[in-house]
Amino acid sequence: MLNLIVVPLAATGTSAIVLPVVIMGSLGLIFGLILAFASKVFPVTVDERIEKIIEVLPGANCGACGQPGCSGYATAIVNEGKELNLCAPGGPAVVEKIAQIMGKDATAKERKIAFIHCSSGGKNNTKWKYAYQGMESCLSAVNIADGPNLCSWGCVGFNDCVAACKFDAISVDENGMRIIDREKCTGCGACVTVCPRKLIMLIPESMNVFISCSSKDKNPLPKQNCGADKPCIGCGLCAKKCPVQAITVENNIARIDYSKCTDCGTCATVCPTKAIINLKTEG
Amino acid sequence: MGFLGQLFTMAISAILIQNFVLSRFLGLCPYLGVSKKMDSAFGMGMAVIFVMTMASAFCYLIYQYILVPFELEYLQTLAFILTIAALVQFVEMFIKKNSPALYKSLGVYLPLITTNCAVLGVAILNITPLADGTRYNFIWAVLNGFLSGVGFTFVLLAMAGIRERLEMAEMPKSMRGMPSGLILAGTMALAFYGFMGMKF
Repeated sequence: MLNLIVVPLAATGTSAIVLPVVIMGSLGLIFGLILAFASKVFPVTVDERIEKIIEVLPGANCGACGQPGCSGYATAIVNEGKELNLCAPGGPAVVEKIAQIMGKDATAKERKIAFIHCSSGGKNNTKWKYAYQGMESCLSAVNIADGPNLCSWGCVGFNDCVAACKFDAISVDENGMRIIDREKCTGCGACVTVCPRKLIMLIPESMNVFISCSSKDKNPLPKQNCGADKPCIGCGLCAKKCPVQAITVENNIARIDYSKCTDCGTCATVCPTKAIINLKTEG
Repeated sequence: MGFLGQLFTMAISAILIQNFVLSRFLGLCPYLGVSKKMDSAFGMGMAVIFVMTMASAFCYLIYQYILVPFELEYLQTLAFILTIAALVQFVEMFIKKNSPALYKSLGVYLPLITTNCAVLGVAILNITPLADGTRYNFIWAVLNGFLSGVGFTFVLLAMAGIRERLEMAEMPKSMRGMPSGLILAGTMALAFYGFMGMKF
């Protein structure tokens, strides 16, 4: 190999450098010209609205719109007449821009924010069943004897949701609890899909009351198992006191119907186990 | 041995004995990536056959009539990659214009032919002296490129066919998709190893 390089250099002096440069350069030039010519011969007309919409979209490729990526959504809007307001990360600003491009009216949906329906999951407030030493992933942990934590409904705390979040909206505090940044969360739902315990739901931004538990166990069990000591025991007091009947208790767990909820906060006040939290009063 | 006899020997050798994927282990990326569906595997195969044939022809000519006279053989890799990249770009434009569906199903793998080592591999093997010290002439180089492409497509289609059936098969969740695909690839390579003993 060394011979190949050294011999021509010695034999022909400076032309040994000039010659390869000229030849490779002209080869590149010829190919470039052919390609430039070919792009004129095979022009592809793309609907320019698609390009414009791709530019407007946030480019996170999160899949909240139900399409594979932003360009897929842009194509679906133009070619299949998909709704204009499906982009969760973009919010109202993007909806308005898309509506301008398409020349249609569209109203933005209310922004939704993810909430983890469990108050356990940290280092200090989880009761363990056994010491899990496997892969650091919730999905893997929950498959071994119903998970390492005593409550088989609650957060196992291996941060699959943090890893899934493309917007850096979920952080872990010093106690190992996951905190959702309500400003950064775009409501794309990536964490909702990835949580193997289905603890995360998207809740309209204006709502401040959440039932911070997902245990479907019968009464004494949630209290014994919950590491945070704030389980929903399914007593139904909140359902009775709710002025608009937005809460239903099914399978020993209360759930709020946010389409009826008026965000009054009565449920949070009456809950005997403090499983319902109200962001307005608790901050 | 007449022309047809030689052609037959070369075909058996390129498709079965020295298959690019299963015995030279070149071009594994599209082999695993585009073998999920029969349609896209076929499209990819056709694109590779076309690019390999064209690349064999152009690279051979460039080597023989530009690099050799100027004693620039050491630039072969660079020159071949340049040629192949331009060719692939051309094919991409052509497919995008004439068959958008095929273009979409090939996805990222079409530009990846540029870096598909099977294409560079066939171009370099064409100019490498054979066991008896001779080299292919232009016709045989092009035929070798074409037949190697056919061999690649053959294996790709076989893989896609088996994987389509595997989709229906019952198997543990963790084995679905790529894990079973990799086991399948290994098994196929072992099976093709059996052709190694064939001699003409």
